[in-house]
Amino acid sequence: MIAFWVLAPLMVIAALGILFVRKPVHAALLLAVVMVSLAVLYLALEAPFLFVVQIIVYTGAILMLFLFVMMMVGVDASDSLVETIRGQRLLAAVGGLALGLVLVIGVAQMALGTAVGLEDANKDGNIQGLANIIFSRYVFAFEVTSALLITAAMGAMVLAHRERLTPKPTQASIAADKVKAYAERGAHLGPLPPPGVFARHNAVDTPALLPDGTPAEVSVSRTLAARGVVRQPPRDVEEHVEQQLEQGGER
Amino acid sequence: MISLEESHIPVVDPASADGAFSLLWLIIALPLAGAAILLIGGALFPKPLKVWGHVLGTLLPIGSFVISLVLFLQLLGRDEEDRQVVQHLYDFIQVGDLTVGMDLLYDPLTSLFLLLITGVGSLIHVYSIGYMEHDERRPRFFGYLNLFVAAMLLLVMSENYLGLFIGWEGVGLASYLLIGFWQHKHSAAAAAKKAFVINRVGDMGLSTAIMLAFVTFGSTSFTVISAGAGHADHDVMTAFGLLLLLGACGKSAQVPLQAWLLDAMEGPTPVSALIHAATMVTAGVYLVVRSNFIFELTDTARTVVVIVATVTLLWGAVIGCAKDDIKKALAGSTMSQIGYMMLGAGLGVAGYAFAIFHLLTHGFFKANMFLGAGSVMHGMNDDVDMRHYGALRKAMPVTFLTFAMGYLAIIGFPGFSGFWSKDKIIEVALTENWVVGVCALLGAGVTGFYMTRLMLMTFFTSERWEKDVHPHESPKVMTVPLVVLAALSVLGGVLLAGDWIVDWLAPVVGHEAHHEPPIPALAVTGLAVLVVAAGVATAFLLVGKREVPREAPQDVSFATKAARADLYGDAFNDGVVVEPSKRLTAGLVTFDRSVVDGVFSGGATLVAGLGILLRRGQNGFVRSYAASILAGVLLVVLALLAVNLA
Amino acid sequence: MTEYVVLSAILFTIGAVGVLVRRNAIVVFMCVELMLNACNLALVTFAKQHGNLDGQVAAFFVMVVAAAEVVVGLAIIMTIFRTRRSASVDDASLLKY
Repeated sequence: MIAFWVLAPLMVIAALGILFVRKPVHAALLLAVVMVSLAVLYLALEAPFLFVVQIIVYTGAILMLFLFVMMMVGVDASDSLVETIRGQRLLAAVGGLALGLVLVIGVAQMALGTAVGLEDANKDGNIQGLANIIFSRYVFAFEVTSALLITAAMGAMVLAHRERLTPKPTQASIAADKVKAYAERGAHLGPLPPPGVFARHNAVDTPALLPDGTPAEVSVSRTLAARGVVRQPPRDVEEHVEQQLEQGGER
Repeated sequence: MISLEESHIPVVDPASADGAFSLLWLIIALPLAGAAILLIGGALFPKPLKVWGHVLGTLLPIGSFVISLVLFLQLLGRDEEDRQVVQHLYDFIQVGDLTVGMDLLYDPLTSLFLLLITGVGSLIHVYSIGYMEHDERRPRFFGYLNLFVAAMLLLVMSENYLGLFIGWEGVGLASYLLIGFWQHKHSAAAAAKKAFVINRVGDMGLSTAIMLAFVTFGSTSFTVISAGAGHADHDVMTAFGLLLLLGACGKSAQVPLQAWLLDAMEGPTPVSALIHAATMVTAGVYLVVRSNFIFELTDTARTVVVIVATVTLLWGAVIGCAKDDIKKALAGSTMSQIGYMMLGAGLGVAGYAFAIFHLLTHGFFKANMFLGAGSVMHGMNDDVDMRHYGALRKAMPVTFLTFAMGYLAIIGFPGFSGFWSKDKIIEVALTENWVVGVCALLGAGVTGFYMTRLMLMTFFTSERWEKDVHPHESPKVMTVPLVVLAALSVLGGVLLAGDWIVDWLAPVVGHEAHHEPPIPALAVTGLAVLVVAAGVATAFLLVGKREVPREAPQDVSFATKAARADLYGDAFNDGVVVEPSKRLTAGLVTFDRSVVDGVFSGGATLVAGLGILLRRGQNGFVRSYAASILAGVLLVVLALLAVNLA
Repeated sequence: MTEYVVLSAILFTIGAVGVLVRRNAIVVFMCVELMLNACNLALVTFAKQHGNLDGQVAAFFVMVVAAAEVVVGLAIIMTIFRTRRSASVDDASLLKY
């Protein structure tokens, strides 16, 4: 009961949050909150197996899938607040309020009586009880669900597959292209310098120094440069120590 | 068998036709065949018909006349009780309870009508050979004439009301075709339509009467109805009589359905003579006399008949006084004389025989005068305006003499046929009701006036001919019928000799003891002659002594203006019937266009508009569709809750 | 027990509204998952109510099917994104009048 009265408001607020946050990553995290709370509620409802499955499958696998796709689609994409369809927000608000009220009032009219409880059903253990039912009464549904899973996996593979339109470049052809580019445009033949190779730091955001001491822009990611988080490489030790002291470090 | 007790209503109880009477059907079949050959053949083989079509068309009615004469002589030879025969041709209708046979009845009344129709009809056919000589549609004309004769014969020979109605409609059709024979003339076409439409109003009465007969008696046969009439409800009989009267008014041009007769003069003159003088317009009188077993049972209906007849006889006479068109004057006269016949018929058993007698004599002298008018027109280049005639007695002597015979008959000059018939009707009228009698007397006086006026303007007074008009006598083919009819006009009174016609018709109409009129019969006759003489004298003074103007004067008394306008009969019809009908039609057309069509096209527009409106819901956005799904979910949940909580 | 079902109803409604309001396809999908979870909660609650494990078995199957659904759904979203370079549900609006 305590679990319920603590978690229920939390879940509702998190769910409302999914509606209103702008970044989809935040929405995913709020959904994770809801799912984990649900798992705890399952535990309170004498369903330990589901408690575990909820966390492993739902939160662990499904939500992570969401996050992966969000990464591919674009973490930065955020919804604008302006609604394009006229009257949609009003309709949604009215409809949602009406549905919610009707459901809650309808449900509140139910006289459920005392719950029978699952001591009997769980007397050999929850997992054993579930297994008994799944593999006797619902075995056909079980088999069909497995077929569904196989189909889903195959479908996802087919959908996400990108057909190669050009032949795969071999190492020889890659090398030949590089030499050609050097001959035509004077492009650098070798690999890019890693950051901080010739400096005293090898952090990703500290550029490498060229022989004359100037930082090499090609050694840091363009993204970081665009963001403006590239550090200045220090000239010598003293400057470095000055820098550190200014930043409140110790000698 | 029938009995002849005093005032007992005679029952139609015919024996089956045998011997010579088995030729009854042939009387109708001959002119019908003629009509078929002339009309259908006119399309198939026109050239031969132009040569002998008119001869065929004349010989066939003459054949019918011969047969009618033979049968009449046969009937004369029979005993009084055996004078009704019926010939059953075939079963016409057999539906549920209604059985109507095509039966032909031959009794004394029919015999007289057959002789009149076929006899006078044949004479007019002969006349038409000459009159229509220059018309290239002459074969067609004879076809229509034969059709008319066949229909009229069916009318008078039918043993039941339905057969009578077929003949009734047939003569209406023939009348329409013949009035509008000169189709190219707009006035003729309009007149034909007017006649047909007004007749239709009367036909409504007759058809309703037939339906009433079926409902009341289960049959339309005269035999059945006359046997059962005594047991029927009095009000039903009154209704029956009034409906029959309505039919008769339409066909016989009685007030209020009289407006068509004067316009019908647009047709060729033989048509006016045959149809609108001698035969078709008398069909109404025939109907009333034949239905005497109905009328004898209702005083109300008979009274209405008398009133209608009296009004009409004065109406027609007044109109005839102011007409300058010779044919229209004669038409007004016809209307008036039929009024006399209706009067006789409405006066009951005492008057039926005299009504028929006057019908026969009128057939003779009116046909005579119409054919004479046609002869005059023939000589005057088809001009009908009497103001352009004058002093024609020297130019057309035969026409003049025969016309004069008809004239003397119609005014009731002592000794001529019309004298005997009209006098008897006035006598019976006076016996019944002195007001009606006085009106009949008055009518006789006015008749004397306008007929004398007509004679003076046409044959006497000074020449007022148009230029290039050279009046000449008509050819023999036209003058011979005139002579025959003139002879009949003179000698027709013989039918009354020894009350022959009264006894002859007694098996059909009953027999009534002779009631003395309020003043002695001889005094009535003298009074009638005096009144007529007064009318003739007035005409001499007003018309004969003065110069007849060539143009009709405009500043005349109100009475003359009213008479020229047919006593505003047309104006009344226009205002009461035509204008409201036009408005109703216009209203219905508007209603049809705006409401009825509007419902459909409006419905279509509505659906289209609804479609355009609903189409906006398909905006392609998934979220809008999700919103409607949410609304659906809401409805389903509400429904479930309602079911569960209710 | 009623309070669990009430909570389930509330979560379901919030998920439904989320589908209507959010434009990012992935966030819409997450709201659908929220709705499924709400149903699972109800099922488990009634399992306890009735005293047998059928509700939990049903919830288990729901989870499995939800997993399969997420797999395919996200694959679709990714494919669409590759072609259109946009993950907004409003851009797929060709089925209109």
